[in-house]
Amino acid sequence: MTLGFYSELEKQLRFNRELAKIVVEKIKGLFTEYTVKTGIERLKIMDFCGTHEWSITYYGLRSLVPSGMELVAGPGCPVCVVPSHYIEESIKLALDGVVVYAYGDVYKLRARRSVRGAYSLSEARSLGGDVRIVQDILSATRDAAGHGKPSVFIGVGFETAAPAYAWSILRKHLPVNLKLLILVKLTPPAMFYSLEVSREKPTEPPINGVIAPGHVSTITGAKAWTPVSENYGLPVVISGFEPLDVLVSILEIMKQLVEGKAETVIEYKRSVSWHGDLRAQNAINKVFEVVDDAWRGIGFLPKSGLRLREEYRLYDAFYEYGVRELKPVEWEKDMPPGCRCAEVVLGKAYPTQCPLFMKACTPQKPVGPCMVSIEGTCAIWARFGSRDLLLRITNEVKTSKG
Amino acid sequence: MKEYITLAHGSGGVEMHEILEKLFFKRVSDRFKRVEGGIGIDEPDDAAAIPIGGGKYLVVSIDAYTVNPPFFPGGNIGVLAASGSINDVLMLGGRPIALLDAIIVEEGFPLEDLEVIVDSLIKTLEEEGVALIGGDFKVMPKGQVDRITITTTGIGISEGPPITDNPRPGDKIIVSGYLGDHGAVILLAQLGLQSSETGLLKSDVKPLTKLMLPLLERYRACITAARDPTRGGLAGVLNEWASKTNTLIVIRDADVPVREPVRRYAEVLGVDPYYLASEGAAVLAVREECAVEVLEYIHKLGFTEARIIGEVRETDVFKGYVATETPIGGLRVVEPPRGEIVPRIC
Repeated sequence: MTLGFYSELEKQLRFNRELAKIVVEKIKGLFTEYTVKTGIERLKIMDFCGTHEWSITYYGLRSLVPSGMELVAGPGCPVCVVPSHYIEESIKLALDGVVVYAYGDVYKLRARRSVRGAYSLSEARSLGGDVRIVQDILSATRDAAGHGKPSVFIGVGFETAAPAYAWSILRKHLPVNLKLLILVKLTPPAMFYSLEVSREKPTEPPINGVIAPGHVSTITGAKAWTPVSENYGLPVVISGFEPLDVLVSILEIMKQLVEGKAETVIEYKRSVSWHGDLRAQNAINKVFEVVDDAWRGIGFLPKSGLRLREEYRLYDAFYEYGVRELKPVEWEKDMPPGCRCAEVVLGKAYPTQCPLFMKACTPQKPVGPCMVSIEGTCAIWARFGSRDLLLRITNEVKTSKG
Repeated sequence: MKEYITLAHGSGGVEMHEILEKLFFKRVSDRFKRVEGGIGIDEPDDAAAIPIGGGKYLVVSIDAYTVNPPFFPGGNIGVLAASGSINDVLMLGGRPIALLDAIIVEEGFPLEDLEVIVDSLIKTLEEEGVALIGGDFKVMPKGQVDRITITTTGIGISEGPPITDNPRPGDKIIVSGYLGDHGAVILLAQLGLQSSETGLLKSDVKPLTKLMLPLLERYRACITAARDPTRGGLAGVLNEWASKTNTLIVIRDADVPVREPVRRYAEVLGVDPYYLASEGAAVLAVREECAVEVLEYIHKLGFTEARIIGEVRETDVFKGYVATETPIGGLRVVEPPRGEIVPRIC
């Protein structure tokens, strides 16, 4: 199929109001059917990607779904879960004269403790550290090759970021002066963990279905999520990112709920296959090993992170600069006092339930990690309106006169 | 904690309003915030007005241009400096008649580039019938200024009361054409994603004389607010209007004209086109009863992409909010611009 076909499809999935209306009506119908059948009047569906939360909020989907349906975000924000320790280590590198490359939101992320007066890489730069913002590893590679100074790239991300890091090594793109501080996290363990938490201490309403990551699944394949439907009895739909993708995914979840099913299904068929991108998986396996890793606000999760294998030490900033790994006993929540980011990340609290949200903690002066990253739920709600605000404002717009 | 100036303070958003409040509005005593009977920093707009008798006003604007890169697809800092100040005068309801410029250039700057920039500035002024009546020219040692900055003062005459941006409930919001072109072009150039010379997407930089002069002549009484959405973009303008007038402004995504490539680039780069600057577009609030007529007239003036994108509403609860209806019928809030969007955009 041609590029033209996909761009037309994408247009339909984003702009087709009539289609959206039909899907929303179907969701409402199934919701009523489910309520009649089970007596349950409130449902909760969890989305996992920051990008899904973005789509849901940006396109105002919460104002379209039945009022008894809550859409809640999960731990899909890679920057939010980077422990303070690694930010502190990066600040140290920058202040010791190493050129540090970071993504924009990693650059702004605040550590819990200051390193020689700097709480973030941005502050390290004001104090004379050479910190450069990049969009991808390729730009860091080019820039570092140009100046030749000792440099480190902060490799944050989920499975989607890992192949580019792996290929930069396998294809020998990295200049000798650039080392990688790989902090990649794997999403399935975080999903299992948050569902485990919600099984042990169910929220009201409990989680009834999952909108699973689209981009991550292009790499891992849909098969990575079958434990969710099998072990937790929840419908799982791997969804695309256009508003209609998400609505259709919600429809599929409702359908399964009404039929009493719990299956892993791909909505995002134009990008995701059952087995995933085998080339990327091979590259990742070749270069990285799976380790137990620390998630800020969540815990030390088994087999949830990637680090460079020993044979690639030449490229490893941990090895080159003696960057210390966080030990399981040293793990702490790392959240500023009052900040509920840890619960927001696990889908246990809405940003608006945090006492700091839009008071002490704003996009201009973020306190917690969920406000720093553009994929953080707090930052998304701050930019496009919280659930409560949107529902009230929708009501006002419907009734007010122009 | 000692505070420092950050780039966000210059991005035309929340932070800039805060710093201006702190540095200027609080410090200047009320009676010196305007010339008597005129408009000054009590209406923190891009320009000011001084009454000159006979119901007329002298309109004056000032703006410093630092755009990086100084040459970009669709224009250069010279066209930008001339157009920007002409537009600032127009948006207050003035007919631009003259301009003064102050150029600061870095030692080692190529003379032929400077000639191109100055020629563009002069050509823009001549085409609009605006005189260049004074200026300043300074050179800074290498490294003490980045290539070139131009500051211009625009001067014009307003035949009636200046347009002081007071949209009222019921007013329609009209935009004169595609939004965000300039911001997208500069962002792409800064990221090295589009060449300065051969880029396909072009800045919309241009004087809005051909739009605003006929409009002012015919429909001045219909226009309750007029702005060119430069730094901070459409989101900045609408939020300022909503919070100034305690209203709720509701627009519709589907009606806001944004070029497809701008939409795509913005998406890839994670920026919202509503926050991207335009340098050749106007946002107007027009009384409901004239809105359709005004829109038709704007189309006749050659601004065929002009559209009504929404309206101003009375509200008890959501004063100062801007909301937009998404293409699929949902709703979201359009927040005022915050943080550093694109540095050195104009």
